[in-house]
Amino acid sequence: MAESDVLRVGVGAGFSDDRIDPALELVTKVPLDYLVFECLAERTIARETLSRLKDSSAGYAPSLEARILSVLPECIGRGIRIVTNMGAAHPGAAARIVREIGRSLGLRPIKTATILGDDVAAILKQHPGLTLLEGEPLESILPRMVSANAYLGADVVRDGLATGADVVIGGRIADPSLFLGCLLHGHGWQADDLPRMAAGVLAGHLLECSAQLTGGCFADPGVKDVPDMARLGFPYAEVAKEGRLVMRKPPGSGGLLSVATCTEQLLYEIHDPAAYITPDCILDVSQVHFESSEADVVECLGARAAARTDTLKVAVGYQDGWIGEGEVGYAGPHALARARLAEQIILERLQLRGLKCEEIRVDLIGATSLHGRAGQVGNPYEIRLRVAGRSPDRKTAEAVGFEVRAMHVNGPAGGGGGRSFVREVLAVKSLLLPRNLVQTTIKLEEGA
Amino acid sequence: MRRVRLHRIAHARAGDKGDTSNISVIAYSESSWNVLLTQLTADHVARAFSDLTSEPIRRYELPQLRALNFVIPGALNGGVTRSLALDAHGKSLSYLMLNIEISIPEETP
Repeated sequence: MAESDVLRVGVGAGFSDDRIDPALELVTKVPLDYLVFECLAERTIARETLSRLKDSSAGYAPSLEARILSVLPECIGRGIRIVTNMGAAHPGAAARIVREIGRSLGLRPIKTATILGDDVAAILKQHPGLTLLEGEPLESILPRMVSANAYLGADVVRDGLATGADVVIGGRIADPSLFLGCLLHGHGWQADDLPRMAAGVLAGHLLECSAQLTGGCFADPGVKDVPDMARLGFPYAEVAKEGRLVMRKPPGSGGLLSVATCTEQLLYEIHDPAAYITPDCILDVSQVHFESSEADVVECLGARAAARTDTLKVAVGYQDGWIGEGEVGYAGPHALARARLAEQIILERLQLRGLKCEEIRVDLIGATSLHGRAGQVGNPYEIRLRVAGRSPDRKTAEAVGFEVRAMHVNGPAGGGGGRSFVREVLAVKSLLLPRNLVQTTIKLEEGA
Repeated sequence: MRRVRLHRIAHARAGDKGDTSNISVIAYSESSWNVLLTQLTADHVARAFSDLTSEPIRRYELPQLRALNFVIPGALNGGVTRSLALDAHGKSLSYLMLNIEISIPEETP
């Protein structure tokens, strides 16, 4: 097979708090064509929409600067193009940051392609009669809606790359589509070429959680050992023009890429294996199998696909009250009994104060948080009581942690290490929107 | 036959979508795959997860991978965005699954 018939697509991040350094290892050790950063969890855009309301220059993924700074010189020097959803709720601002980083590093003017149109909040407001996939009408959460973003498909990534941009930046784009878009562009695959679409979506699905393919979320000492986990290498796919798909990781990197790691990741977040719905096609992994004849090299076979649906999934973020929580620890004789007494007092206090949470949860945690190895004896030696409550109003949520901390002085004997937290809940529900209601645009800009 | 934990013959990974957890269970060997197929029924799993959910559990079979995929609705306390649980994603649920007891033949190593 001619070298030019193979594209290499790597993953530089698989979630917002992913490690920074593996991306640099990939671009320096592997002749990649594309490096993809996937950094948006379900509710990230909702949170970043609120950030943007407070500060008009904010709203993109907080790790953008660190990730781009670490790889941009190497990517520009080697002609590796970057694709990412780190634009979150403000792709235009993220693109500007990327171009400014290029200038500050003394690189040639950076070309960015910004993908817009995933934000469909204005469209939903015109269609309150839509029904959420969870069953209730959209109207029921519309007054509290913070964000609504359609999961765009690989076509926008393909079109972004077609502009010649060094870096393609969007907000909500379906995770596997970020990778498939590189292949549509690089190989010229057509959307109705279902065997190739299947291979590309499978590549994206396996790569989108980075180290979860190379030994992360896998190790179990003595049963499933993974070498050198402090230096896990992030994976990349070698994809031939005709669709052959081989997964690899950088030479000399830590971790493990095997049939077993690929099997676990294949089924990760999949429900019906025969019908994994993406914006680009319906992927069928029910016949997928893996072959490995060399360490850390796995070929993926048997992916199939059916044509895409007429709708796009939309994630609707909305304000859903507050969660308050607190923790306090008890040790030694009667630790459990005193923790249980504290729980009873805290719940009674909330009641006495007339504060009612929608839901309260009590957890008993403990091993060695208080007195080190002393925790190895006792029945149990220590208990850390955690009480969490959700309420529509902040005051009630704050009271949960307050009453836990009050146990230091007002509770059972020997309560220590009290802490409390409160945070706003940004919940997410989904709906399906006809594709023709979603209009996307791509904006090419160069230099800072 | 002897009773062992599923952890002895299989590995697993949990994922989340909304309020639904999915957990793959993958047998280490062909003989263990047969044990999974016959013993690790949706009902058996439902009993192990009864503290977390009472909704019906679906089981999918992928024999070429010696894997089962369980889809467990309602197991995530309302989903990661509003759950009060410490492990809101249910990442640790794979080991609740592997804690399930099954029977294996005496001669199994």
